Amino acid sequence: MTGRDRVPLPVAIWAARTSGRLARATGRGGTSLPGKVLTRLAPDAIGRMAGELPSGSAVLSATNGKTTTAALVASILERHGTTLVHNRSGANMAGGIAATLMGSWRRGRPDGDLGLFEVDEFWLGGLVDDLRPRALLLANLFRDQLDRYGELEAIADRWRAIVAAEPADGFRLVLGADDPAVADLGLARDDVLYFGVQDASVALPGVEHAADATTCRVCGGPYDYTASFVGHLGHYACPSCGHRRPEPQVSATRIALDGTRGARVTIALPDGSIDVELRLPGLYNVYNALAAAALAHALGVPGATIAAGLEGTAAAFGRAETVNVDGRDVQLLLVKNPAGANEVVRTLALADGDLDLLAILNDRIADGRDVSWVWDADLEGIAPRVRRVTCGGTRAEEMAVRWKYAGVPDDRIVVVRDGGARAALDAAVGAGAPDAPPLYAIPTYTAMLELREELVRRGAAKGSFA
Amino acid sequence: MTGRTLRVAALYPERLNIYADRGNLLVLQRRCAWRGIAMELVPVSLGDRLDPDAHDLLYLGGGQDRDQRLCAEDLVATKRDAVHAHAARGGAILAVCGGYQLLGHRYALGPDEALPGVGLLDVSTDRGDARLIGNVAIEVRLPRPGGDGAPMEPRVLAGFENHGGRTVLGPDQQPLGRVLEGHGNTGTSGHEGARSGNVVGTYLHGPLLPKNAWFADWLVAAALDVDPDALGPLDDTLEDGAHRSARRAAGLPAG
Repeated sequence: MTGRDRVPLPVAIWAARTSGRLARATGRGGTSLPGKVLTRLAPDAIGRMAGELPSGSAVLSATNGKTTTAALVASILERHGTTLVHNRSGANMAGGIAATLMGSWRRGRPDGDLGLFEVDEFWLGGLVDDLRPRALLLANLFRDQLDRYGELEAIADRWRAIVAAEPADGFRLVLGADDPAVADLGLARDDVLYFGVQDASVALPGVEHAADATTCRVCGGPYDYTASFVGHLGHYACPSCGHRRPEPQVSATRIALDGTRGARVTIALPDGSIDVELRLPGLYNVYNALAAAALAHALGVPGATIAAGLEGTAAAFGRAETVNVDGRDVQLLLVKNPAGANEVVRTLALADGDLDLLAILNDRIADGRDVSWVWDADLEGIAPRVRRVTCGGTRAEEMAVRWKYAGVPDDRIVVVRDGGARAALDAAVGAGAPDAPPLYAIPTYTAMLELREELVRRGAAKGSFA
Repeated sequence: MTGRTLRVAALYPERLNIYADRGNLLVLQRRCAWRGIAMELVPVSLGDRLDPDAHDLLYLGGGQDRDQRLCAEDLVATKRDAVHAHAARGGAILAVCGGYQLLGHRYALGPDEALPGVGLLDVSTDRGDARLIGNVAIEVRLPRPGGDGAPMEPRVLAGFENHGGRTVLGPDQQPLGRVLEGHGNTGTSGHEGARSGNVVGTYLHGPLLPKNAWFADWLVAAALDVDPDALGPLDDTLEDGAHRSARRAAGLPAG
């Protein structure tokens, strides 16, 4: 700390709350403002508030699936009788976490037993220092929004430094075994809890185009995959030095995907197997469920409670949520990078009949200003079945060209450049007969927020985060 | 153009592909198919021999540091002469980002480490402090392929740049274009990319060709040594829209 006088925590909290009220009263929203004000006035606020949580904190990070995984963990822990302080809305940088802690603050202590925080992959280091979690889940690293974060290896290096700096009696580390860049973070530790997919019947024929990190971290040689599940997640081994995927202690031993509706999964845990009827679709959600099960196990939750918690979770905010607009089902599938897009494509490939799509591509900061990733997504897999794709967003025309080169004829592509999510939604919904098949909306992050706000305004979806 | 074949070699496609480089190749493939031009696409990887006479167009994308290092060493050790011979007989090359750096003399990553280049373009690159990131638009004047090489009307290329390297041109090296919006080679020179004949190096991705269909056609025409107009028209309504969108993103009027 510098010699500057520190603002006492209660004063800083009062000032931050006041700034939030003022921002709302003047119609400027201000969801991130109070947290920013708080950390500016009291830079150690997160650490001091988190330090008062009776059962400590659990932190999770990944490029894909953070919010859904955290929602699954929350559902499990609540059934376990744990009251949570949880950044449920997905605001996962320092400001959002400060705001979450402040929101739970009552008379000098947090209104909960355990902190559950999803943390942005880039800001993980500083927040782990502040939060001192008792368990840290690192699930996956997919190429994501390169212009914001620099390259994948740089994040892996940051994560490696976080793990290396932690003493042996520090946090319990939970890692994805199927992601080589993540699994290798546990090389120097012998107490890591790994999770992964064992059922090779759901593997892809080859490694996908969007695959990252397919070279050995030990010797630099290329990995051989005997099974590839999502992007570069799979069963890998290095033929030159023998380094291979660790055997996961939490694993999906049997998986039956049920289209866009859900999946049936058998999960082996160290204390026995559980059968789970997951209400979230696609193999990527099986990974989210496995990650959640592993973190819950690390926190001491028994298998039966884990199963009930996983089954009790419906779609997290804007992720595989289904709503009804003017008599038509609209399913929201967030797409934010090639690996996520490929999973959505695989899920849509399991849907019946021709596909009506609403693809909204924004290039705001939270989406990534660089939209080149849409060319790394394997849209070719469903292009022949697209009856109509309505393209919207700030880069609507570029989304349209991507679909055209994926193989969708020009006359099935509609571009709605102006009028934002509302106009694009109207064009897409209006084009179908009342008994038309569901419309699948695949928005980027800020487009999903816009779309959901519009759905709430129409009474088709419930108001956000409450 | 029915009956012609465009022979394309993608260099290190499994390693140099970080900015959706496959989008560039897909655009070439589709546009050739729509015109009845057969396109042959062969990957040429680490240790593979590059046949200097077997291809009309070479494509080099960008990669993460470790991959770029492996490819730089391999390119210089096993493919330098073939790349020069390909260019000397008029073969076209499109090199984007990391691939562009490897066509120059060297890419200095720091005081003690430099990646070698093949020296086909008279450029040298040093790693700068901050990455130059953002939407970018440049003005280019290209020679008309398939004839006497007279300059064509100035056109705009729009895309996205994200590079740590600062690339400086040698005294006689012409840039690919003039920066209208964005950073370009160094952030201050006003130049973007480098071009010698049909050899093009650029930092523009996004990827480049889907946002600039006219340039995809220029590249095909240059590789086949025919006039771009001889390729025959396509319905580019959507492509023209995407070009305008990329221009707007860079801060230019849609034009």
